Amino acid sequence: MSKLSALLSGLVFGIGLLVSGMANPAKVLGFLDLAGRWDPSLMLVMGGAIAVGLVSFALVKNWPRALNGQPMQIPGNRQIDRRLIVGSLMFGVGWGIAGFCPGPALVALGLALPKALVFVAAMLAGMLLFQWRPGKS
Amino acid sequence: MTIDWLDFTPWSALAGGALIGLAATLMLVLIGRIAGISGILGGALGFPRGDSAWRWAFVAGLLLSPWVFRLAHPLPPVRIDAGYASLIVAGLLVGYGTRLGSGCTSGHGVCGLSRLSPRSLAATLSFMAAGFVAAYVAHHLLGVGS
Repeated sequence: MSKLSALLSGLVFGIGLLVSGMANPAKVLGFLDLAGRWDPSLMLVMGGAIAVGLVSFALVKNWPRALNGQPMQIPGNRQIDRRLIVGSLMFGVGWGIAGFCPGPALVALGLALPKALVFVAAMLAGMLLFQWRPGKS
Repeated sequence: MTIDWLDFTPWSALAGGALIGLAATLMLVLIGRIAGISGILGGALGFPRGDSAWRWAFVAGLLLSPWVFRLAHPLPPVRIDAGYASLIVAGLLVGYGTRLGSGCTSGHGVCGLSRLSPRSLAATLSFMAAGFVAAYVAHHLLGVGS
């Protein structure tokens, strides 16, 4: 059940990215590039997603378990530290250069676009570099 | 700055966003997990170890989504203007940065803000600000794609 649920969620997520136009890096850059003609669409995508998410997270707030019987795994970390900010800044720089964040990159990879393949390969390499970084805390 | 009314697509943005919220809801209600794509992918690569089957299933759903979408509707454009060198630099930053910062647009931006996490708000403001600056520098000062 967990695998099927995750597959379904991934499918719906990807279709949402396609419907919203966010699977298209050119449209994402239309939002991130404030100096040109600015396309505010991304803000409404976040707004639509969060409007639904607010209800869902409120609904499950006191659930001990999900419907598959497993305990809910919602992050409890509330600390705003250097690692969070530096990592998010690095991510933002990469996002602003290419217009890709992880979800849309995987959708574009599904279409077997050569540039998406290169981006995803570099992204996975970045994740492995993080995993193997020296002196990790 | 001028609003690009020609490319602004409020209704499909809201509808697609609602679908993304629905996907996050399915993960949460059915298996009790956050639909954070960088975290799911990082976990699937083997860290932290164990329980990776559902992670690969989620990734498979994302990869298959354009083919399912296509059954009902012609695919929208996916235009990647950045060159290969830029894509490699950007990919490395996105991969490393999302792991260091424990999340991306989905985990912090959608799920984190939905559960009113101050930590995710700080992350989202950081990557948005960096994204605006990087887009300006890359596309107006350095002329990387555009």
